[in-house]
Formats: sequence, structure tokens, C-alpha cells
Amino acid sequence: MNDTQIPAGTGLVMLGCPQIPIQTSAALYLVHRLRKAGFTTTVAGTKAARSLLEVADPERAYLDEVIDLDTCIGMVAERERDFDLCFVFVHNDAGIAYSASMAAMSEGRVYAVIVGGSAEEILAQMDGIPCEKIMAKGSHNPLPMKRKLDGVLEWVVSNR
Amino acid sequence: MKYEILERQVSFREAAEYVRKHMPERYEVPPGYRMCDIHIIGVPPILIGVEGTTLVFPFTKPCHGTFLLRLESAEETEHLRKAGKRV
Repeated sequence: MNDTQIPAGTGLVMLGCPQIPIQTSAALYLVHRLRKAGFTTTVAGTKAARSLLEVADPERAYLDEVIDLDTCIGMVAERERDFDLCFVFVHNDAGIAYSASMAAMSEGRVYAVIVGGSAEEILAQMDGIPCEKIMAKGSHNPLPMKRKLDGVLEWVVSNR
Repeated sequence: MKYEILERQVSFREAAEYVRKHMPERYEVPPGYRMCDIHIIGVPPILIGVEGTTLVFPFTKPCHGTFLLRLESAEETEHLRKAGKRV
């Protein structure tokens, strides 16, 4: 939580198949930055994606709520929950489907975090999906995506 | 949910093309549409095909991409005919 201890809002970090190593690193960084900015942040992911995070953060120094991806989709679809900010990791067709679905279902601001070797092709396929796109090509070096996320988060924090 | 897999690793466009080509009745549903206790996701408009009580629809799994599934359900067909937008 930030120094004022007043929640700035709610954030969601949505993870797909963890075959791209950047995803886990960038997700943990994103959760950390959102928490520092005062957002109560939930991570939704597949079992493997969740396990990668939970094993890396056993005392929950960074993670708050961690939930199943399909459960999360169900809650947002049924309007039981929504989030002010939603970051959806995208590196394949399924990621496009999840980000397009969140953009359609959520009242919050949705960002597609596009990673992987096919990031440019994925970005081209997402033309017309009403969400912000954050792209950093590559699968192993998290620093380009970190820099992109820093830029977005600075804007989010200064405009909240 | 008892289903048959018609196609694996298809794009949303390919899934929609299959439904347009092979299914006589077609309905658009929004992402999150609930069917057989699952929420259908995808790039809108999501197209579901109907023939009698047979449904054909895209189903996306994070690690496996999008499948095109065929399902028999009188109940879900009836619900879709009421809730979906016929196109």
C-alpha cells in the first residue's frame, strides 16, 4: 500500500500460459508497482502461471489475491466483480481472446501486455480491440517490458 | 459437458467462417456468454451456430488456443435462440 494507505482502486493482472518467461517476471513487477501505487491487486491465471508466482513469493511479499483465470472471467462476466485497471498478458491467440473479452466486459481500463517472439504479429491482429496495447518483443529479457510498464504506470499514478 | 472437437488451433476468423459455412442458424453473443457452465470468450462478435439442437462454437484454452466444439443440448439451444442475436 502507498504512504497514504488509502486504496487507489483495484487492479487485475491476468496471466495466460506461462511459456514466455517474461510473463512471470513482468507480472510480479506489475503487482509490486500497483501495490506501491495503492491499488489492491488480484492476479488471475492458469494453475501453472499461478504456481510460478506463488512459489517465487512464498510469504506474499508482493502477491495479494490469486485466483483461477476461468473463475475470474466468470465473475466479471456475471458482473459480480470488476477492476479499475486490468492488465492482460498476451502472447498467442488465446491472449487476444482474453484481452478482447475483458475489454468488452469490464468497465475499467484494460491494457494488453503483448510479449513474445510474435509480439508484432499479435499486435497487428489486435487492431480494433478497444484496449491500450503495451508491446515489447522478446521472450527472455524483461527489461524492455519493464520500461514500457514504468511509462504506463507513471501515467496511471499521476492520473488516478 | 459432452462435446466433440471439430477443429483445433483455429483462429477466431476461421471459427466464424466454419459456423457461417456449415451451420444454418447463426447467433452472435457477447464475450462472457454462459453456456453449459462455461463462459465463452473471444473477439466479438462471437458466432455460435445451430442446427436443430446441435451447437457449434469456439472455445479457448490459454495453453492450447481455440477449439471449435460441437455439442448437443436442447436446453442451451433454446436459451441461445432467446438470448443471442440472430445473424
